Amino acid sequence: MANYPIVQNKEKARGNVFSAGGFYGRKTPVRGKELWVEKVLMLSASLFILAILLITLFIFAKGIPLIAKTGLTDFIFNTEWNPTKNKFGIGTMLVGSLAVTLGALLWAVPLGLITAIFMAEIAPVKVRDVLGSFIELLAGIPSVVYGFFGLIVVVPFIRDNLGGSGMSILAGAVILGIMILPTIINISRDAIRAVPEEYKINSLALGATHYQSIWRIIVPAARSGIITAVVLGMGRAIGETMAVVMVTGNATIIPDSILSPVRTMTSNIVLEMGYAAGDHQAALFATGTVLFVFIVLLNLIINISAKAGIKNAHR
Amino acid sequence: MNSIKIRSHNLNVFYGPFQALYDINMDIESNKVTALIGPSGCGKSTFLRSINRLNELIDGVRIEGQIYIDEKPIYARDVDVVALRKKVGMVFQKPSAFPMSIYENVAYGPRIHGIKDRRVLDEIVEKSLKAANLWNEVKDRLKAPATGLSGGQQQRLVIARVLAVNPEVILMDEPASALDPISTAKLEELIAELRCNYTIVIVTHNMQQAARVSDYTGFFLNGRLIEYNRTEELFVNPRDKRTEDYITGRFG
Repeated sequence: MANYPIVQNKEKARGNVFSAGGFYGRKTPVRGKELWVEKVLMLSASLFILAILLITLFIFAKGIPLIAKTGLTDFIFNTEWNPTKNKFGIGTMLVGSLAVTLGALLWAVPLGLITAIFMAEIAPVKVRDVLGSFIELLAGIPSVVYGFFGLIVVVPFIRDNLGGSGMSILAGAVILGIMILPTIINISRDAIRAVPEEYKINSLALGATHYQSIWRIIVPAARSGIITAVVLGMGRAIGETMAVVMVTGNATIIPDSILSPVRTMTSNIVLEMGYAAGDHQAALFATGTVLFVFIVLLNLIINISAKAGIKNAHR
Repeated sequence: MNSIKIRSHNLNVFYGPFQALYDINMDIESNKVTALIGPSGCGKSTFLRSINRLNELIDGVRIEGQIYIDEKPIYARDVDVVALRKKVGMVFQKPSAFPMSIYENVAYGPRIHGIKDRRVLDEIVEKSLKAANLWNEVKDRLKAPATGLSGGQQQRLVIARVLAVNPEVILMDEPASALDPISTAKLEELIAELRCNYTIVIVTHNMQQAARVSDYTGFFLNGRLIEYNRTEELFVNPRDKRTEDYITGRFG
């Protein structure tokens, strides 16, 4: 058994020698052409960065003046949104976005994590492949279709069985949860698969069962990848618009139960963008600014947690 | 005290259509170090992994014959694999500390076997680390991540982790092949100390190492046990031509 890895390494090493030879062999005669390619690649990358910077600048330039006029805390925490009376407070939408996102995470994270563990550790290859293609399918469905499904199936179900109009936090959380499942499953499954096989074998050799090894060694070792999965899922949930607009009712009120309708920040922008002008339009950009900062903060958390993970692995 | 700890009886192991071991009959003595030597792919690691039933994790493996530990068959239907692996610890080629603290690494085994009392765990951790000759190097940083230890220290940590579940047999699969000479010397010293309390079976590619640490040596070739004898006997007066060729470096 112990001899297999050595043989594989030898083969790998030989492969590398060949490809390295080919690479260097070709490099010298076409050096000029390669310089060109490098320049083109660099230009593309710069354009991309420029585009991001411009978008950021634009959103901030349009949004910041209104936030300054209203006052930052007033804009974020005031619950009155009444553009005709020049009242711009997105407090209800902040609560709406958080409520729908949290609701989605609450059920999609445990389910996604368990599915990921099942796929990485327990499922036979065939089952794993079938599940994998279903998850890919799930990830490929356009959000408007999810919204439509929510409107036709989830909303009436909630209305008939739990009361209210059905357009609610709950409906949003159900649909959003389904939408972020592929993200959570795929990323945490990859993280679990990346855990060195030796950990598991060592744990089993100590007399641990497969389940003990999974919960006490493998999942903790994949922790930073799992956190990344959750944060990315959260980012997707908070930024999702179309499906949410269709199922949450979009009322600018502070919800009193999970059956209350809510409006999220993204919904607010898409619902009013068509006819807004002047300060009203600026307020929508300001909503976008808040959302933007929110998502940047989330990304920061990902990076920090990922770096911490790398440090842990190499210490 | 010449008691037999492990008895292999007509053991055949197949990986799919490939037969890795042929009729292995081998008695391994209690509280001795038994070395298994032989060229790569000769089946010595397969034999080692048959003793704690770790071979079963490989797809398509088939095992015939029987291994007895303390005269009890380990490939019987009613055998509890968890209890077997608790009794038969294993150290692998690549030092592999779990990504947690030094303390938690050693406490892991006792914890999964149901020990929760903090004081008992503290005691086991200290005793195991001392027995693995690692205590003095790590006693001030038990809470530090174990992955920060050197390869040699990690290998001794792995041994401490194995000792913590109180095994009777310790299997070692080329435990020093990833270590530098100084760490190797420390490991061999440790093996010499451990032989008083444990039955040790060690697979090694290094014949000097086999000669230094073991009481008995078995020579494997192409899935067969060619020769098995007291270590001095086997190295000084090999009975089989193939053993002689191997230990004098004529092939392998």
